[in-house]
Amino acid sequence: MNRRDFLKAAGAGALAAGAAAIGCSPQKESAGAPQGKGEMPVRTNPNNGDKVSLLGYGCMRWPMIKDEQGRSVIDQETVNALVDRAMADGVNYYDTSPAYLLGQSEKAAGIALSRYPRNSYYIATKLSNFGDISEKASLQMYRDSFGTMGTDYFDYYLLHSIGRGGLDLFNKRYVDNGVMDFLEKERESGRIRQLGFSFHGNQGAFDDFMKLHDKYHWDFVQIQMNYIDWTHADGVNNVNAQYLYEELCKRNIPITIMEPLQGGRLANVPSNIAAQLKAREPDKSVASWAFRFVGTHPGVLTVLSGMTGMEPLEDNLDTFRHFDPLDEEELEFLEQMATLMMEYPMVNCNDCNYCMPCPWGIDIPGIFRHYNRSISDGTFAQNSGQKNYDRLRKAYLVSYDRAIPTVRQADHCIGCEECMLHCPQSIAIPKELQRINEYVERLKQNTL
Amino acid sequence: MLKRTRIALASLFFIGITLLFLDISGALHTWLGWLAKIQFLPAVLALNVAVIAVLIVLTLVFGRIYCSVICPLGVFQDIVSRVHVKALRRRKNNRPFSYSPEKRLLRYLVWGLFVFAIFSGVHVFVSVLAPYSAYGRMVNSFLAPVCGWINNLLAAVSEHFGSYAFYEKEVWLKSLPTLIVAAATLVAIVMLAWKGGRTYCNTVCPVGTTLSFFSRFSLFRPVIDAEKCKNCRVCEHNCKASCIDIDNHEIDYSRCVDCFNCIDKCKFGALRYRFAYGRRDSATETAPETAPAGGADKGRRAFIATAATLTAAVAVNAQQKKTDGGFADVLDKEAPERKIPLTPFGSDGNDSFYRHCTACQLCVSACPNNVLRPSPDLDRFMQPEMSYEKGWCRPECVRCSEVCPSGAIRRISKEEKTRIGIGTAQVDRSLCVVETKDVKCGNCARHCPSGAILMVPKDPSDPDSRMIPSVMENLCTGCGACENLCPSRPISAIRVNGKKVHTVTE
Repeated sequence: MNRRDFLKAAGAGALAAGAAAIGCSPQKESAGAPQGKGEMPVRTNPNNGDKVSLLGYGCMRWPMIKDEQGRSVIDQETVNALVDRAMADGVNYYDTSPAYLLGQSEKAAGIALSRYPRNSYYIATKLSNFGDISEKASLQMYRDSFGTMGTDYFDYYLLHSIGRGGLDLFNKRYVDNGVMDFLEKERESGRIRQLGFSFHGNQGAFDDFMKLHDKYHWDFVQIQMNYIDWTHADGVNNVNAQYLYEELCKRNIPITIMEPLQGGRLANVPSNIAAQLKAREPDKSVASWAFRFVGTHPGVLTVLSGMTGMEPLEDNLDTFRHFDPLDEEELEFLEQMATLMMEYPMVNCNDCNYCMPCPWGIDIPGIFRHYNRSISDGTFAQNSGQKNYDRLRKAYLVSYDRAIPTVRQADHCIGCEECMLHCPQSIAIPKELQRINEYVERLKQNTL
Repeated sequence: MLKRTRIALASLFFIGITLLFLDISGALHTWLGWLAKIQFLPAVLALNVAVIAVLIVLTLVFGRIYCSVICPLGVFQDIVSRVHVKALRRRKNNRPFSYSPEKRLLRYLVWGLFVFAIFSGVHVFVSVLAPYSAYGRMVNSFLAPVCGWINNLLAAVSEHFGSYAFYEKEVWLKSLPTLIVAAATLVAIVMLAWKGGRTYCNTVCPVGTTLSFFSRFSLFRPVIDAEKCKNCRVCEHNCKASCIDIDNHEIDYSRCVDCFNCIDKCKFGALRYRFAYGRRDSATETAPETAPAGGADKGRRAFIATAATLTAAVAVNAQQKKTDGGFADVLDKEAPERKIPLTPFGSDGNDSFYRHCTACQLCVSACPNNVLRPSPDLDRFMQPEMSYEKGWCRPECVRCSEVCPSGAIRRISKEEKTRIGIGTAQVDRSLCVVETKDVKCGNCARHCPSGAILMVPKDPSDPDSRMIPSVMENLCTGCGACENLCPSRPISAIRVNGKKVHTVTE
């Protein structure tokens, strides 16, 4: 270890806010050499000694294709190839859910993984009882996952997305119907090796769940963490990731990370921010900063990334194989970038598709994706006095029609607010859609 | 030389006017819009006295130059007949045409009926026979979709390269009956032109007949010099109008369209285009033959494209949502029954519009919002009407008013448009999703550009009950934003009925 690396490690340790004293000290990692192929860093689950790769595979964004009947189905061939590539480089944690990708994600992950020995990877899946919360339906969902994935135990099992709706909704979904008692028994029997939950919500709700730690003993918790959400959560519907991270560290609960890229948005930052990242690390991708930020924190067991294609997978493998933790100065720099980014009028959408299908046919994540991308690309038409305004105006309108069929565009949103029940980010979706539509109207009428 | 000049000019006019129908950007109209406005019948219906006067004087001086150069249907027939002539020549047949006497009875009968139809409002007859409109219909029905597909192919390519030069335009069947009429017209015109050159122009075409009144007396005309003529009949056999009577060394100037082929062909210099006032007309009596007129009226309601009745649920029931992602089906909208048809902003009202419109389809092809389409109804067959299944009449667009050559749609500005009322929205509460699905909506009110929709409690005695739309008739312009964006499918819960006479607020 040279001097620079030592300083970095020390910096990261110091950043963990005295975590060492309460058990969240930096773990020994078999981090690869800075040159050559490198090796995937591995972190140890203090509960059971699981050796988990720091990069985990999120199975919420597998590539989709159309089958003969025109239905969207997962492109299994590509999934197999992606899993082969990831396994070859030591990625051994795969996180899925019965709800993901029209309910096809578990099956696809199961097919790809079952070609490897069962003890060479960890499966994480979830009880995604959002619709029918009865005991019968919930247990059915749990049992179905075994068959779908072709396994007789789950390494990690999560109560899917708790926090919004607070303790009340939690009690309805898991306690009153007896599901929690059942799952604890399943944990005792070994069919669930680690039981935890994924969290979206405010500080009050999180504190409530931490109080329940004595009762249920959460083996791990999955939180949304990235260099924006670290200290820039809205504070009303969502709490800062820093708070979550420190609270979990205090209790020595291993943390798995979702949305390290905010649904890809931190791979597509506004161009002036990208320029600053590139000025520091010309050969590293913009996304690599976000992964390094999360991986720098020692309480993190694994960082999930929903890699749709081979390019992001290769890029992430490269980032992790030569994992280079951020030092304090770099963390400070990223915080500046985060502050800068908050000034852009982007929609805080992670493209998780929980809101879909919209009963009225609106392509909610697609509209946000297109809008955000236009801002981050710097091709956003702001006012008629702007240089190239006519070209930018046309580009926005044409690309909007290309990206979203007219009947699925924002002007068809009736504001029923059904989507808001499902959005883990608590985005005021109808309001944001109307804001975007007003912008589109002004472009069309040329009154910007 | 004369022939070459004629062909060069005709090509320019023909290509220009065809492009006008194919232009989806709207940019060409600034440069070529006048090509449509100098068409004879649209000018008559627009009461464009200057154009009519110029065309009549042109004919009086030079003969039916109009038919050879300006009229796109005439040039189209020339192209068809030229193909046939070339084919015959390859088979050593140099006699594609021969003289036939004028079918005066048929000509005047059709003309009389046509004039009667204009005044009595039998639009079908007018629209089917009007030459410029017949051509427009063919281009709009057959060439425009092909160009649309090519555009969409280019759009896909340019999308691939991240370029915005081309963008996708929906190609859709705007009216099946109109397509059938256009097909019938195309077949009839091609058949007539293939065998007989300008048969249509000289027996059926009402514009041709009208101009023939003047061309009989034209100052300049091709004249046969009997002294030089060797009676070889080359001119006769090359006359598309079959109007050269070589036995008498006479030409029927009512039918001659000044193509100058005869002058070009005559090896003895016996034909010259010159000032020759005072010639006697020498048409002989003929028994009228029935020539197949282009495109019989087949417009029956039976032809109306019946939209497939879909029984699929409109919306995915939210309670059944178990998995994430995917799209709910969105049913295509179906046109509602309208008490009075909708005619464009600037058309001043139903009667005025349908009296002036020649059904040339120029506005239909220009409409960027997919609002205008030819009507399938018999009493205004093929004349455009508006409907809001695919879009609505957007405030920034006055394209149809800019292109209309016949004065059916007056030229208006965007500002003027906001003050015109072409229809009134009407709510059907039995279809409104606030009632049928018990959800919050108000999309019609949110998108109404004139703020004419008020959301009121559905139970007047309970101010907290769900809000339903109510139309303030005096503010409604009839643009159709509400109808197009209404979530009720396939029939919208809010529909726009036309106004017999459009209103203008000061």
